[in-house]
Amino acid sequence: MGIVKTKNLTFEYIRRDDEGNVEGVTKAVDDVSIDLKEGDFVAILGHNGSGKSTLAKHINALLLPTEGSVIVDGIDTLDTDQMLKVRQTAGMVFQNPDNQIIGTVVEEEVAFGPENMGVPTKEIWKRVEDSLKAVGMFAYRTASPNKLSGGQKQRIAIAGIVAMKPKCIILDEPTAMLDPKGRAEVLRVLHELNEKEGVTIILITHYMEEVIEADSVFVCDKGRIVMQGSPKEIFSHVEELKELRLDVPQVTELAYELKKAGIPIKDGILTNEELVRELKNVYYR
Amino acid sequence: MLRDITLGQYYRANSLIHRLDPRVKLLGTLIFIISLFLGQSIWLYALITVALIAVIKLSKVPLKYITKGMKSIVILVIISAAFNLFLTDGEVIFRFWKLTITREGIYQCVFMIIRLIYLICGTSIMTLTTTPTNLTDGIEKGLDFLNKIKVPVHEVAMMMSIALRFIPILMEETDKIMKAQMARGADFESGNLVKRAKALIPILVPLFVSAFRRANDLAMAMEARCYHGSEGRTKMKPLKYKSRDHKAYIALGVYSVLVIAISIFMKGRFI
Repeated sequence: MGIVKTKNLTFEYIRRDDEGNVEGVTKAVDDVSIDLKEGDFVAILGHNGSGKSTLAKHINALLLPTEGSVIVDGIDTLDTDQMLKVRQTAGMVFQNPDNQIIGTVVEEEVAFGPENMGVPTKEIWKRVEDSLKAVGMFAYRTASPNKLSGGQKQRIAIAGIVAMKPKCIILDEPTAMLDPKGRAEVLRVLHELNEKEGVTIILITHYMEEVIEADSVFVCDKGRIVMQGSPKEIFSHVEELKELRLDVPQVTELAYELKKAGIPIKDGILTNEELVRELKNVYYR
Repeated sequence: MLRDITLGQYYRANSLIHRLDPRVKLLGTLIFIISLFLGQSIWLYALITVALIAVIKLSKVPLKYITKGMKSIVILVIISAAFNLFLTDGEVIFRFWKLTITREGIYQCVFMIIRLIYLICGTSIMTLTTTPTNLTDGIEKGLDFLNKIKVPVHEVAMMMSIALRFIPILMEETDKIMKAQMARGADFESGNLVKRAKALIPILVPLFVSAFRRANDLAMAMEARCYHGSEGRTKMKPLKYKSRDHKAYIALGVYSVLVIAISIFMKGRFI
């Protein structure tokens, strides 16, 4: 069984008008069943309001399912006695770096999670050192988080989760508020954690470029999972993605347009190199 | 303009006073303040002066930084000095129209000025040599015993440190909102006091909304990282007394004994 498994997960919230009368019920997540393999780099795509953030909060037990169940590493999130264990197994990084940093010094910020878990002082120091090194921020350990750039802050937030030694890290649009350089930094750190430490990464995003190197991709729309597969498979369906108001990477779009114009190249091209190779094949044929 | 405001007034230096445990400094400040009000003898003030000068010298904080805090209390000092000077009963030295100055009044006035100045000096030394984080840690650990009567010491200390962390962020935000409103023609600089106060509303409303949103996000982030109050929580940097802290406690004890002895021995006398 995978590290994160949801079974017919449904989450409803009640909409109310200004006087508090019930206007209706919205299903933010609707009958979602997914099974994520340990050690994978998983991407969840979807436009705003597609329910992807709500889904993420279920994995961390911040929200509990209205119907169905979420199993994280063998623990049902509805079991409130084990809630802390779930949160420790599946750490979560949020969108706004400023709003998730608690400490006034970088190393104290990273220590916040282990402190809550009751890790002994000596072990905390070791974990803080290791996780700051893992995200390449060890040189800044005594700095104030306010003085760092967005990408650096987000790396600190990731270090704060890594220090809790989770098996799985969920990131809810971690790069949405960053500049391109910060985005690249954060993604590099995530891939390193995934490859070197074997941490399962669940990346929620609407930047297609961040999805290309994932092991598997899920596409959300209106609270449902509408597509799933490898990035190649997903990006072969350019038409459907466009209908879901999602962009495809530039190269994929170019390849798609070329194909539509009658040039015989294959579907699901993700990188510049691939396209160049394909075009050469066509040329020399 | 808002960025210039420094947080707290910590003066970075490497001195004995800086390295002392914050609990020692808190208790020391408290004893110092009490000793200021224990009597009116010259000898008592001589002792306090010597102690204060010794601590200032040890702390390596330039005198300029300590006296900077004095400006804000000048008016308070003048008013309380005037009250003491003119309104104390006793042996009349000088009479002019309805104002009388007595011998006791002069003494009272001088002592009041000294007290207020020393009070500011003493407390400034503490805030100048202790980082805000250290200070909240000291308060949390030092007031631990209040937990027994159900005072949420840990929670209050946590709130204080979060407030400290968010002050610069909210300042930046205020600056941003102010510029955004100015770009739309808001005027914060002209008009009388009422008009200027009213002009602040378009800044305060978005600022509050965003502060609440931030608080919501932060609470969620803290929960996601297993925060569940002080129960079973460990510390990365626990406060531990070192030998210098014990020595400081002994020095504080000696100081208190001397102060009490002098105030009993010199009761009701000036010299």
